[in-house]
Amino acid sequence: MALEIIVCIKQVPNPEDFSKISLDPVTRTITREGIPAVINPVDKNALEEGFRIRERYSGKVAVLTMGPPQARQALEEALAMGADEAFLLCDTAFAEADTLATAYSLACNIRSMGHFDLILCGKETADSGTGQVGPQLAEFLGIPCVSNVKEIAFEEDMSLVVKQALEGGYMKVKVGLPALITVNKEINQSRLVTAFGIMEAAEKEIREQCCKDVDADPHCIGRGGSPTEVLEPIELPRRKKGEIITGLPEEAVKKAVERIRELGGSDLMQ
Amino acid sequence: MNKEVWIWAEQRQGRLLPVCFELLGKGHELCQDLEGKLAAVLVGSAVGGLCSELMDYGCEKVYLAADPRLSLYQADLYTDALSQLIDERRPEIVLWGATTTGTELSARVAARLKIGLTAHCIDLYIEDRDGEPRLVQVVPGWSGNLAVKTISRTIPQMATVKPNLMARASQRKVEGDIIPIVVEIEEKDLRAETIEIVEEEPEALPLEQAEIVVSGGWGLNALGGFASVEEIAAILGGAVAGTRPAFDRGWIPESRIIGISGKIVSPKLFISLGASGATQYTTGFARSQVILAVDQNRNAPIFEIADIGIVGDLQTILPLLIKELKGEA
Repeated sequence: MALEIIVCIKQVPNPEDFSKISLDPVTRTITREGIPAVINPVDKNALEEGFRIRERYSGKVAVLTMGPPQARQALEEALAMGADEAFLLCDTAFAEADTLATAYSLACNIRSMGHFDLILCGKETADSGTGQVGPQLAEFLGIPCVSNVKEIAFEEDMSLVVKQALEGGYMKVKVGLPALITVNKEINQSRLVTAFGIMEAAEKEIREQCCKDVDADPHCIGRGGSPTEVLEPIELPRRKKGEIITGLPEEAVKKAVERIRELGGSDLMQ
Repeated sequence: MNKEVWIWAEQRQGRLLPVCFELLGKGHELCQDLEGKLAAVLVGSAVGGLCSELMDYGCEKVYLAADPRLSLYQADLYTDALSQLIDERRPEIVLWGATTTGTELSARVAARLKIGLTAHCIDLYIEDRDGEPRLVQVVPGWSGNLAVKTISRTIPQMATVKPNLMARASQRKVEGDIIPIVVEIEEKDLRAETIEIVEEEPEALPLEQAEIVVSGGWGLNALGGFASVEEIAAILGGAVAGTRPAFDRGWIPESRIIGISGKIVSPKLFISLGASGATQYTTGFARSQVILAVDQNRNAPIFEIADIGIVGDLQTILPLLIKELKGEA
């Protein structure tokens, strides 16, 4: 049985550079200049799981993202990893969507793609990390969802038995297709892009769709379609400013350990 | 006008999760500002005994759906039950613990009812906006001590809160009402069926209980990995943890990520090595008693929240720190 698999990914600022993102003191906006964008790390595990299922049962893996024109790069990488086709949902009308408006928009794109069996997503993004878009997308599509999954196994009747990671354990969940699964990093080790993959990707199509192409209700997308509203950034009350110990490394380390003892760590550091 | 603030009273194997009591604490505060009633929604089988536990902590009303088929979390049935109840009663606010199931369930209910939901709030309070009391939901921003205020345009206003982040409610016994609710269950509604819950052996030293936590970030790359973090933790009898990039590198398991998308800890001593200090990370340990940070970048935001900072190359500092802690210096 050939399976139609859709993997949803997001392009995010490289998590290793998050601390370089700051608030411009004058404009009060977030500056993220010079920070490279990458595929959200756990989304690569969703892609990998899609490829493995395709290798086993045959079928097709389509990759979908919503974002600005530069999100095309993330799709190119996914195609080079092995996706068969790619969709970029791109329209200024989608800008500043919250999770509900994002899930709605993705659902419109997926409906425009026709039949599917399985949707895979990363369990959360590195930038906002809500973990909400996957379950909300399932709800808009009217299909079941299991989130934070660390293992997927197929039964003979092509239903799935998955392990959903919980705090301190896991749940075994049986779910029929079509379904949406969000995966965590434990599920697999994602493959790297090869030179051959890049060459192959050049032949593959990235289909760009706008709001009208996917028949999205303009009242349900972007900032206007978002039930949550982001107000101003604020600065949290700081802890009492500590001290930076200066001097030669040997002295600084010695002093730092002494300071810890003075501050009440003494009984801890015998 | 009787406004209600609800909390999702998540139970597992017949026990309330600790985050429920943290939500009750915050819910009580919000009720005082709204002059509202504090209520809980409890779903399960034979969980009636948990009602009095909730009332011991100030819960004035418990909406109770008890059915043997609801004993385990069943995504579809729980979504049906919560959506129907929230739609009928329209509470002012609903708070959820950001557990795996709490996150999933709240997201699905929000999508079904087309209402707003804000994830991982670090603070929640009532503010007057255009003459209406609204719930301000504060979520972590990017770096240093940045955060962002968010509000919902829809009712109920819904938010999730990370376990361990907010203070537990103090005991405050009230005479509450139990309101039984009936969940109509049809076989076709059970598309995803939870078969069993498997509890795994707790780790030797759970992160949340460790008195000392030694945490590493991307900067450890210069040392080729986490060996020195592990050594320092071993000397101090502390637990090893790290940032999300450290997890992405495969240096720590997911259960050891510190931050808003990982664990929230407040040990007596927190040592941060080679992490520059994104808010998502620092929120995870800001309430520690003493924080020591080592990073090579003097301007790194980590030094804004550390009590003691050492600026320097990790390759130089960490061997010295190990020697000093061993008492060999």
